[in-house]
Amino acid sequence: MRRQYIWIVGAVGLVGSALGARGAPPAMAGAISGKVTYTGTPPKMKPIDMAKEPSCAKQHATPVTTENVVTGPGNALGYVVVYISAGDPGSSAPSEAVRYDQKGCQYIPHVAVMQVSQPLEIYNDDQTSHNIHPLARVNPEWNKSQPIGAPPIHTTWEKPEFIPVKCNVHPWMHGWFLVLTTSHYAVTGEDGGFSVKGLPPGKYTLTAWQEQFGTQTQDVTISGTETKTVDFVFKARAY
Amino acid sequence: MTQTTAHHHAPPQGFLRTHVFSLDHKVIGKQYLDLALVAVCTGMVLSWLMRFHLAWPETPIPGLGRVSPTGAAGGVITPEYYLALMTMHGTIMVFFVLTTAPFAGFGNYFLPIQVGAEDMAFPRINMTSFWVTLVAFLVLVAAFFVGDGPPLSGWTAYAPLSAVGKDAGPGQGVGQTLWAVSITLFCVAQLLGALNFITTTLDLRTKGMSLARMPYSTWAWFITSVIGLIAFAVLMPACILLILDRVAGTSFFIPAGLVISDRLQPHSGGSPLLWQHLFWFFGHPEVYIAILPGFGIISHILPVFARKPLLGPRVLIACLVAIAFLSYTVWGHHMFLSGMNPFSATLFSVPTLIITIPATIVTLLWIGTIYGARLRFTTPALFCLGFVSVFVSGGISGFFLAQPSIDTYLHGTYFVVGHFHFVMGVAAMFGIFAGTYFWAPKMFGRLMSETLGKWHFWLTFIGVYCVFMPMHYLGLAGNVRRYSAFTDDYLKPMIPLHRFITIAALFTGAAQLIFLFNLVWTRLRGPKAPDNPWEATTLEWSTTSPPPFDNFGGRPPVVHHGPDEYGGNSAAGDYVMQTSPESAGVA
Amino acid sequence: MGKLFAVVVVLITLVSAAIFASHIWWLPVDISAHGHAIDRQLTETMATSGALFVLSQLALAVFAWRYGDRKDGRKVTAFPGGVTPMVVLAVVLVGAEILALTFVGSKVWAGIYQAPPDPNSLQIDVQAEQFAFYFRYPGADGRFGSVHPERIDEASGNFFGLDPANDTTARDDIVVPTLGIPVNRPVLLTLRAKDVNHAFYVPELRIQQDFVPGLVIPLHFTATDTGKHEIVCTQLCGLGHYNMRAYVEVMSQPQFDQWLKERAAEQ
Repeated sequence: MRRQYIWIVGAVGLVGSALGARGAPPAMAGAISGKVTYTGTPPKMKPIDMAKEPSCAKQHATPVTTENVVTGPGNALGYVVVYISAGDPGSSAPSEAVRYDQKGCQYIPHVAVMQVSQPLEIYNDDQTSHNIHPLARVNPEWNKSQPIGAPPIHTTWEKPEFIPVKCNVHPWMHGWFLVLTTSHYAVTGEDGGFSVKGLPPGKYTLTAWQEQFGTQTQDVTISGTETKTVDFVFKARAY
Repeated sequence: MTQTTAHHHAPPQGFLRTHVFSLDHKVIGKQYLDLALVAVCTGMVLSWLMRFHLAWPETPIPGLGRVSPTGAAGGVITPEYYLALMTMHGTIMVFFVLTTAPFAGFGNYFLPIQVGAEDMAFPRINMTSFWVTLVAFLVLVAAFFVGDGPPLSGWTAYAPLSAVGKDAGPGQGVGQTLWAVSITLFCVAQLLGALNFITTTLDLRTKGMSLARMPYSTWAWFITSVIGLIAFAVLMPACILLILDRVAGTSFFIPAGLVISDRLQPHSGGSPLLWQHLFWFFGHPEVYIAILPGFGIISHILPVFARKPLLGPRVLIACLVAIAFLSYTVWGHHMFLSGMNPFSATLFSVPTLIITIPATIVTLLWIGTIYGARLRFTTPALFCLGFVSVFVSGGISGFFLAQPSIDTYLHGTYFVVGHFHFVMGVAAMFGIFAGTYFWAPKMFGRLMSETLGKWHFWLTFIGVYCVFMPMHYLGLAGNVRRYSAFTDDYLKPMIPLHRFITIAALFTGAAQLIFLFNLVWTRLRGPKAPDNPWEATTLEWSTTSPPPFDNFGGRPPVVHHGPDEYGGNSAAGDYVMQTSPESAGVA
Repeated sequence: MGKLFAVVVVLITLVSAAIFASHIWWLPVDISAHGHAIDRQLTETMATSGALFVLSQLALAVFAWRYGDRKDGRKVTAFPGGVTPMVVLAVVLVGAEILALTFVGSKVWAGIYQAPPDPNSLQIDVQAEQFAFYFRYPGADGRFGSVHPERIDEASGNFFGLDPANDTTARDDIVVPTLGIPVNRPVLLTLRAKDVNHAFYVPELRIQQDFVPGLVIPLHFTATDTGKHEIVCTQLCGLGHYNMRAYVEVMSQPQFDQWLKERAAEQ
């Protein structure tokens, strides 16, 4: 189940970055693609026992696992957000909403990326009340209940920030809102691959963020319509 | 016996001085009663919302979504909003109804008159007490309108939930601070009021009014004031410490190492149990502050309608004093499972059980007064009889909770909710109803409708048993309290009984509209009342209805008799007024 | 009106008492070693206070019925003996009952909360937080790793704030949201609160105890029958209080050993 979602997220991340691109049309712009991998031993992802919420537990034939470090074949790292952190003049927010679901007592997707002022819609698809608490420090922090059948929450974030999200009622539910100024970003799937497209010529700084292992940056110069290959390698520790 | 010369203040001039910023204890008493009336209507509406949500948690309540878009989007109450309603319900009812109406309301109006004084000892302080109480109420209600909403930690506001601030969740932001400020102000007002009651009772009694001849309601107000002086003096600093923990970075109640909302809290060294001790050291005497005036009012009114003296008046007073004293020794019975040393549970349970004895004696005195009586079944009389019944019901469930071994099972269940609602939400309310129906002719100079009164009594008496007796059954089945919904496996089968309770509560609530209508109609258009419609003996009935501004028209009464000389043969009939110069004619 | 009052009071009294006596809503089955003593204390109290309840309500009803004001010139009469029988009744009867209940009850209480735990108890660490319970078994090394609040990370399932990188005793700790215990074996729980007050309540085990932040509180009992029951929170802890529960599964010793092995493999 989780594997399917991460493929969807990876695909959405790629499509999202393509749609969000401004400036030179894709055919005339450069791109950066690559792979994010790890060395060392990553921590074991633990199965989540949702015993206290049977309506969610029964949605998973085998228990889902924690998602703070999601790995794939070939030491690939999933849910790494790769984005342009410098050199991009920024662009106005797209009008399509980013959708965040609470389903089976999990946040789908685990990491949701959006631009400043882009609409965010949060849905409760479960037969239990959820309580969504984005732990924002720069943006205003809020904490709202969504009882069964409540309407979706519509909101936006006005400042860039990496916001951890938790559910007050179900302690295992954790996710992220990454609010970026840039439209040039991608989220790796389970294969660790990413592609940031639509980049006009210029000097850029590319940042890769993984929630447990932190950030790494690399400088990339795009001169024309080439695709530069940039890989990131994170050092994993078991504990 | 000393008698200080009463103040001779001139009658007030102008609308504001007469009706708003009045120094007259009678106006102040009515202001307290009106505040309590607004409070009880608010508190009752909150309880309807709570009960509706418990019975039908996913059904939208029409209109509520517009009133509270955050708390009840689409009309469905969120879990935090339910707890906020519960917190405000408890706080409003305990402080602004049960401590205000029977004590500050009726006490302010009638204590000076019953002792034969012109006014309270300190009229300016008296006026200040009321306005501080009103400000306290407004500060509390303001919590509904602040960003994060009202607090959700219950009227008991246990720390650290109440002390750490907004990390603890919705409702624990400014709303909780407003709560603590409101209660602090309330304590100030009560302390000032207690000083007035005590001084007036000791120093301003008229000639012939020895302590032994004081009406039982006066005794109860006097003893309640002494309890309050000590109790509120502890709650006030406790609330101030809570405010400091919330806004000034202190750690009176917060230990180190707490992780709330994924944040390590920057506090250390405090004790959550300290809050509980301080709170309950106030909190237990508080419930006696809530009920003792009711004891006094019932003891005062029952002889009037039984047409015979109260059985055992000196024993009654001794029991009230014993209850007041013992009330300070039992606070730990709210904390048997709190984490305090378990041996102290046994220590606290002993005086808790011993309090049963004076409470039983008092109940038997009332029942013994009814024996051999010539009962006149007026509305106030019915509420007195009803009081005895519901107080028995509520007191008996206390017997279970007083034992730590049984409390192991019943603590935190609906058994406790049933118990305290019977003694406070019902018995104390019946005392307020009895007092209202009894004293309305005197306060307003108009008679309330007996027909509407009796309808109100019957629907309420049967209604409250339907609402609160089933809660004991729920408790015995282990139904936990303070839950906004019953989603646990073992609780789902209880929901039909909860629905029964909700329907009964909504009906009983609707029946209170009869009382409200009766009260308002009477004050506006009720028939004129004579000076002594009940043929009662105490000083308030020896003056006009309503009394003149200085209570006795410039002529302080002289007292020759005790407060309940009923049943004999006298010039007036079967009763002798306290002021009557004839010798006691009880044959 | 007096007669109506009497009838209503009698009806209410009899119906209420009948429902109590019928046990339609009553305590669930007791599966604890100490629970029978609590149940006995409760039934005793129910019998005596039930009698007191019925008798006093009936007295009220009878007097209200008989002593209405009829225009027959009857004089009011004082209660025979005056106040003395009331005081004697209350002091002697209620006093005796209080003495008996306290004498027996204090021993029952002490047996649960003041007695030391069995030295062969299975030790389990319990953490209560907004809004779940987590249970920790010491693992193969038989020792619990130390807890560090600053290391708590729920996203990775580190609810206790263990430090396995530096603390080898923490590496084999087993953290689960279900309390599995073997039947007929003394269990010693150690209760910790991560954030605010909570409580541990299992009606079938006749046991309840608050968690207090800053305190580490022991709680011990023995389950005498297998089965699955709910642990619910009874101390208001925030908006999710109603949803804060876990299951206790009482199993045979072999089933428990197997269960613990499976949980260890998942860590």
